[in-house]
Amino acid sequence: MKNKEPLILAIVVIFTLVTYYLVEPYAHHVMHKHVESQDFKYTDLPAITKIGNATNGKELVANAGCTGCHSISKEGIAAPMDAVASAGAYGVNPPDLSEMGAILDANFLASLIKNPAHALKVEHKFDAAKGQMHPMISFYGMGGDIDQEIADMVSYLQSIAVSPSEVTPAMAFENACGRCHAVGYEKWTQIGTKPAFKHEKDSLAFDIKVLEYQDSLKVYMGKLPPDLSMYIRSRSQEYIETFVENPQNHLAGTAMPRVGVTADSMDKIIEYMLDSGDTKRHERESVGMKVMIYLLVFAIFAFLWKKQVWKDLH
Amino acid sequence: MAHFTKATSVKDWLNQRLAVDKVEKVMASEYWIPKNINFLWAMGMVLLITFSLLLCSGIFLLMYYVPTVEGAFYSVNYTIMREVGFGWLWRHIHGVAASVVFLIMYIHMFTGIYYGSYKKGREMIWLSGMLLFIAFSTEAFSGYMLPWGQMSYWAGMVITNLFAGGSLHADGLVEWIRGDYVPAQAFLGRFFMLHVVLVPVAILGLIGLHFAALRIPHVNNQDGEEIDFEAESKKYLAGDKAGSKVMRFANDFLSKDMMVVGIYLLFFFYLVFYNYGFAMDPVNFDPADGLKTPAHIYPEWYFLWSYEILRPFPIDTGLVLFGLAQGIFVALPFLDRSPNAVPASRRGLFKIWFWAMLCNMILLTSMGKLPPEGIFSQIGLVSAILFVVLWVLLPIITTFEKKL
Amino acid sequence: MQDSSRRGFMGKAFGAVAAVGALGSLVAMKSSWDPLPSVKEAGFTTLDMSIYEEGVMVTEKWRGKPIFVLKKSASTMEKEKGNAAAEARNIKVGDSNFMVAIGLCTHLGCIPAFRADSNDFKCACHGGEFTASGLVQKVPPPRGFDIPPFKIEGNKLVLGEVGPEFKKMKDTGITL
Repeated sequence: MKNKEPLILAIVVIFTLVTYYLVEPYAHHVMHKHVESQDFKYTDLPAITKIGNATNGKELVANAGCTGCHSISKEGIAAPMDAVASAGAYGVNPPDLSEMGAILDANFLASLIKNPAHALKVEHKFDAAKGQMHPMISFYGMGGDIDQEIADMVSYLQSIAVSPSEVTPAMAFENACGRCHAVGYEKWTQIGTKPAFKHEKDSLAFDIKVLEYQDSLKVYMGKLPPDLSMYIRSRSQEYIETFVENPQNHLAGTAMPRVGVTADSMDKIIEYMLDSGDTKRHERESVGMKVMIYLLVFAIFAFLWKKQVWKDLH
Repeated sequence: MAHFTKATSVKDWLNQRLAVDKVEKVMASEYWIPKNINFLWAMGMVLLITFSLLLCSGIFLLMYYVPTVEGAFYSVNYTIMREVGFGWLWRHIHGVAASVVFLIMYIHMFTGIYYGSYKKGREMIWLSGMLLFIAFSTEAFSGYMLPWGQMSYWAGMVITNLFAGGSLHADGLVEWIRGDYVPAQAFLGRFFMLHVVLVPVAILGLIGLHFAALRIPHVNNQDGEEIDFEAESKKYLAGDKAGSKVMRFANDFLSKDMMVVGIYLLFFFYLVFYNYGFAMDPVNFDPADGLKTPAHIYPEWYFLWSYEILRPFPIDTGLVLFGLAQGIFVALPFLDRSPNAVPASRRGLFKIWFWAMLCNMILLTSMGKLPPEGIFSQIGLVSAILFVVLWVLLPIITTFEKKL
Repeated sequence: MQDSSRRGFMGKAFGAVAAVGALGSLVAMKSSWDPLPSVKEAGFTTLDMSIYEEGVMVTEKWRGKPIFVLKKSASTMEKEKGNAAAEARNIKVGDSNFMVAIGLCTHLGCIPAFRADSNDFKCACHGGEFTASGLVQKVPPPRGFDIPPFKIEGNKLVLGEVGPEFKKMKDTGITL
């Protein structure tokens, strides 16, 4: 009698795969809009044409009023107000500029200085014509060639920042995302990492500060931006990347700004989110390999046993 | 009173008290299985192994899971996934096994349908199997509530709303099931209880019944052949192993079971480590929020076909057909009027019926997940109607089937 | 003979007594699944109706369910003139007209989203649509939004209590 088992197996496998294809890849393809990444090139923004001078840039940053809102802790320039008060004044705490030169794209940074609402893609929220001003004031130049001045400032910010290869996952996340998004599983709040307090009173005082900050943020953004602890699993990596690159592509009208990170910084942000939401991935991969090898041995021994037992049956 | 003698060995001691030799014969070495069966007959063992994986991983998850609306999501996604040693492994095994167990159950069911294994004294095997299917469905649904993510909450909302019975508007019943106006603590607590105590106990009992139902009629075979088990087993015991049409369950068939299990485990753990996304929906990694409906709500893949029978119709018609779809497979042995317990390939129109039903259920499954718009709605409607038509046709075509 | 029939009778009688006990325990089990008194008591919400802006949909919460509150603009009122079904669902507090409804699709309980540009609701689950008055615009939902029991007290609306206006709506079958 002909052995029908290969045919039966083929039928089972084909029907299973067809079902899988329709229910998973195909259904998700239909349900979710596909957005092509531009590799974080920000081609809609003009490129810097001038060669910047960091020394001039330092002076410009000091004189243009940047430090009226921003701290540059690396240069010993403290913030004029703490995070909670800043959020009260501006809606969100203006970032420290120490590492921004390494985390943000240079062309984006230049456009940001020149016209924040445009670079951030939040012109639907901050329409100057309607008197809705973005809390960060546009830079109108200090009298010289404005493009040269901006190039100098960008060059200064790059000179004080660590080199792009030294950006850590936490540094990238905290600077680019962390002033709006908490990551509870990493103990990150919008005003910084929550320390381990000895007294409950101090811990509660910290929580109150976070809540006050969040109240300002809620008003500024329309709703509290979500905690991102599990986002790497609730959204795909591809979604997060294309969303950060241009939030409007996925959610037209969202209050979330384009943050203008470089492709390298995006990788670091993803790594941070993987550490939070998929902490054991390295263990999973190494254990997975061992288990698969063991099961191969298991299957071989099962096959040999069967062969031996069935020798007498035919 | 039984007479006990001084035991000559541990085995003898046990034999006098538990009749272990006898039990071993009844359960294994003289439990006769036909030889003309293929690997599809190993699905029972595959299911048993999968159930063991579920039970084992579930026990470890239970130690750290917190059944409260405030604590559930955190206990699953932080405590179990990040802190408990190999907690992530138990969770992935549990999630993947809960999905794969349905794939194997469907293969097991359609094997039974194809080979007519629910006829001629095997009705109880089918019925107990269907009860197991219902128990596993309850277990899967209640378990899906426990991580208390967005899909847990909204699936819980939508499914419990079905009990309002459409125009009957039995809100009292829905609130009674939930213990609240919306899914909340009372709801989570009772589904936790169902998932870890009541339903697993029922499943264990039903597995016993399913095995017992198999004893008297014996396992079917792939040729629809009626085997004289008494005569064939005598032949085997007399030494003619090759000439007999039957074999021992253990070790003869067990060795083949284990070979299939070996291949299955490779497939299963590949999914656990490298392709678990299909069993752990991304949406459920967002914590439950009663004021925000996810853009797409769909059940797990194994419920999609019946969900799609509900969806294209007005609520009352939909509910009636949905109820019918849930129960209709139970009635299969009584709707199939043909006396032939042979493979579908030899049963004329029934062969067409079988493949049409299988393909239609796959179609329903895929339409159930796709958004109910445009062409998908229409295909879904046609498939749902075809499903009903096929069941209406079954008694008719089988009544006129020629006796072989 | 008589003895064995008597034994048969006693067996049945014992069975009956046991059945009574089993039924009695079912009563206890049933009520253990009932919503707790504390859950039921938490079922009243008071809304200050003077704070809403015209044409802006606000979601409130009552018994864990979303409540849609939409203050109707004059133009909407004008458009609905003559549409008896829509007018009957109006809730008049002071001089203003409101749509107040349980924000759950009557099909299977998802929360429809308000579309400000078209002034209507769309449910993402199965594609049902509702007008600004809460009437069905596109099936599968079998009926318009349900209206929660309410009582008008001056400028306030108490959800969960039954006032004469709600009773009238219920009696005329405008809501369930």
